[in-house]
Amino acid sequence: MSENMNNSTLRRDPRREWILRNRLHPQHSEIATEDSSSDVLHEWMGPQGIKRKAPHNIGFIGPNGIRRIDRSGTQQAGSASRKEIAQQPSRRSHQIQHPQQYILVVADMTGGRLSAQDKDILGLAHQLAAKKAETAVMLVVFGEHKEAAFAEAGVDRLLHIEGEAFDGFSPDLRLAWLTAIERELHPDYWLFPDSGLGGGDLGRRLAVELDVHAATGLWQVNLKEQPISCVCRAAASTQDLTRELPRVILALSECAEPISDSLHAVQEFNLVRQPLDQLPRIQDLGAVAVDPASVSLAEAEFILSGGNGIRDWDGFHQTAEILGATEGASRVAVDDGYMPRDRQVGATGTWVTARVYMAVGISGAIQHLQGIQSCDKVICINTDAGCDMVKRADLALIGDSTEILAAVRRKVSELKQEKRHVA
Amino acid sequence: MSLNQATRVAVLLSIGQHPVTARARRADQDARALELALQLNHADVIPLHVGQLNEHNEAALRSYLGMGISQIKLIGNSDILLGLEQGVRESQANIVLCGSRAETGEGSGLVPYLLAKKLGWPIVSGLVSIEKLDQGSATLLQALPRGQRRKLKVSLPAVLAVDPAAAVARQSAFGPAQRGAITPQKLSSIEAVSGAEVKHNSALHSFLWQFQPAKKRPKRLKIIKATSARDRFKAAAAKADASGGKVLQGVSADDAANEIIKLLLEESVLNLDGHL
Ligand SMILES: Cc1cc2nc3c(=O)[nH]c(=O)nc-3n(C[C@H](O)[C@H](O)[C@H](O)COP(=O)(O)OP(=O)(O)OC[C@H]3O[C@@H](n4cnc5c(N)ncnc54)[C@H](O)[C@@H]3O)c2cc1C
Repeated sequence: MSENMNNSTLRRDPRREWILRNRLHPQHSEIATEDSSSDVLHEWMGPQGIKRKAPHNIGFIGPNGIRRIDRSGTQQAGSASRKEIAQQPSRRSHQIQHPQQYILVVADMTGGRLSAQDKDILGLAHQLAAKKAETAVMLVVFGEHKEAAFAEAGVDRLLHIEGEAFDGFSPDLRLAWLTAIERELHPDYWLFPDSGLGGGDLGRRLAVELDVHAATGLWQVNLKEQPISCVCRAAASTQDLTRELPRVILALSECAEPISDSLHAVQEFNLVRQPLDQLPRIQDLGAVAVDPASVSLAEAEFILSGGNGIRDWDGFHQTAEILGATEGASRVAVDDGYMPRDRQVGATGTWVTARVYMAVGISGAIQHLQGIQSCDKVICINTDAGCDMVKRADLALIGDSTEILAAVRRKVSELKQEKRHVA
Repeated sequence: MSLNQATRVAVLLSIGQHPVTARARRADQDARALELALQLNHADVIPLHVGQLNEHNEAALRSYLGMGISQIKLIGNSDILLGLEQGVRESQANIVLCGSRAETGEGSGLVPYLLAKKLGWPIVSGLVSIEKLDQGSATLLQALPRGQRRKLKVSLPAVLAVDPAAAVARQSAFGPAQRGAITPQKLSSIEAVSGAEVKHNSALHSFLWQFQPAKKRPKRLKIIKATSARDRFKAAAAKADASGGKVLQGVSADDAANEIIKLLLEESVLNLDGHL
């Protein structure tokens, strides 16, 4: 009984194999179907933790009697092996059970998600962590977030600090938390994105607090050198400064490759001793309304872009105003004189970085798609479901632009009015 | 500070460097800081520079004078931070305005923070304008990424570092630039630099540091990580593949609009408080 269950022991049946090889044998088709539907493993984990393969079991016999191997894994014969392929994690798991040291990363989390720069910095943190055994990378997140892929980005431990104060500018409180972390964990390194107001500000505050001469504008780390050295942009980016790597690092984007092939634990971490509340010396009075038309296209956060598929340009401008979006255009719209030249998005126009890009009646020519490479979310309204913009979009609506934009205007006005009545 | 007592604003001026010709000039952000200070009503502006006066930097300093100030106080201290601290204390300023980063040297942008720590004052960076000065507090406008602005209230005294997005500095006029004075300041309280203070000074360990003209950063290559030849071929040959987005076909315009608004609200780019 137990022998039967142990199906990893191979039992050969020469007669059966001979029938399988001989397609003219009267029993061939019978045995062949039996064979392909049986749960034959072609890959399993050996007792020593080494992956074993049975190459003869891979693939299936094609109509010409020749063994075919489909690497896409879609046509594999045998349900068991297909299931196994689906379950196989494409990333290796990276676990640190008992960290001895920590490397702290304080992410910007623009829009509640890890930015590309944050991911690069997590990659850098792992390069530094690999120098010492049992070093965990901990991410500090202030306030609400919408990120779901911390594990893929390389977060071993997550310190999520919640509180309403973190919605706004609260450098004193954030600094108090960071110094509390410093006291408790004394991390090997502190990594910040050297960006305008997020990490750039907080990192400098922490560096001054810890009395460390931080590396700012760092873009390269030479891990092979002893002590580790780094290259930073200096003198308004006209010079490179090579120096030793300090404990507090403010790094530029693309300072390292982001994590791409491992899956991390994202274990929640809590501080034992939390900082006391204090009276803030800086008070946030909230965002100020800015005219979206005055924001430069390259900087804009939310762009409504129109192309050759716009019939009602007045409606388009009204929609942009109601949504509070900055206007963009495709080249055809500009060439036809509907939009000024400085609003052209694309290879020969502006490379935009909007978080949300709404393309209305734009087909998605390669020159246009190049310009929106770094956009996060793309919404597309088009009559043609097969165009390239629909393929690029996160949300594609197939329909007439004039109608849909009119509906958007109506709905948003309604919502605004409702909100005003409630207030 | 009583109401009728004027606000005293110390503006920290450094020597800049033209990005192309590398000639000494007024530093762009410092000039913007001075511009902000000059725009304030009822404020005494005290321009400060730490360093020596020589023929190399005189023209640069004079171009600040050409913006309409009568004198620059020159503090001849070797330690910039110590000089600044003493200069600010002696001038009895309650606001320090400065640029965010120097255009020469390390340009790390740490000086405003170090100075604020030394003085024990709060610091706000990314300043674009000063909206209002009250008793003991200032209302400021701060530049956020993507052209957005935020209003802050900070208790005075405070250090304010100006953002490159602040108003452009006025041109420097030749006549006033020549007439203005650069007066060396005798500070009563300059102490000998103690051992503890030297630690801050980057000059101490900068002999390990090497400056080179900035190298062009390598362009990031698109790395295709595929386990099988089939995937690698697909990645190399494919054009825009469907990104797994949601495609809605045959829905009514109203439903489509609802979907759009839902996503915009999720991404918090749509502000329903705005005008109708
Ligand atoms: C050297 C070079 C550089 C270029 N640089 C740029 C650049 O920087 N930026 C740029 O944008 N282009 C650039 N182009 C032009 C580019 O190749 C395309 O021609 C252009 O982007 C197409 O613009 P479009 O999508 O608005 O128009 P079209 O390709 O005509 O697309 C119109 C779309 O609207 C849809 N549509 C039609 N009616 C409706 C309706 N009622 N409702 C909804 N949808 C509708 C159609 O299905 C179609 O998909 C460049 C070209 C060259 C040769």
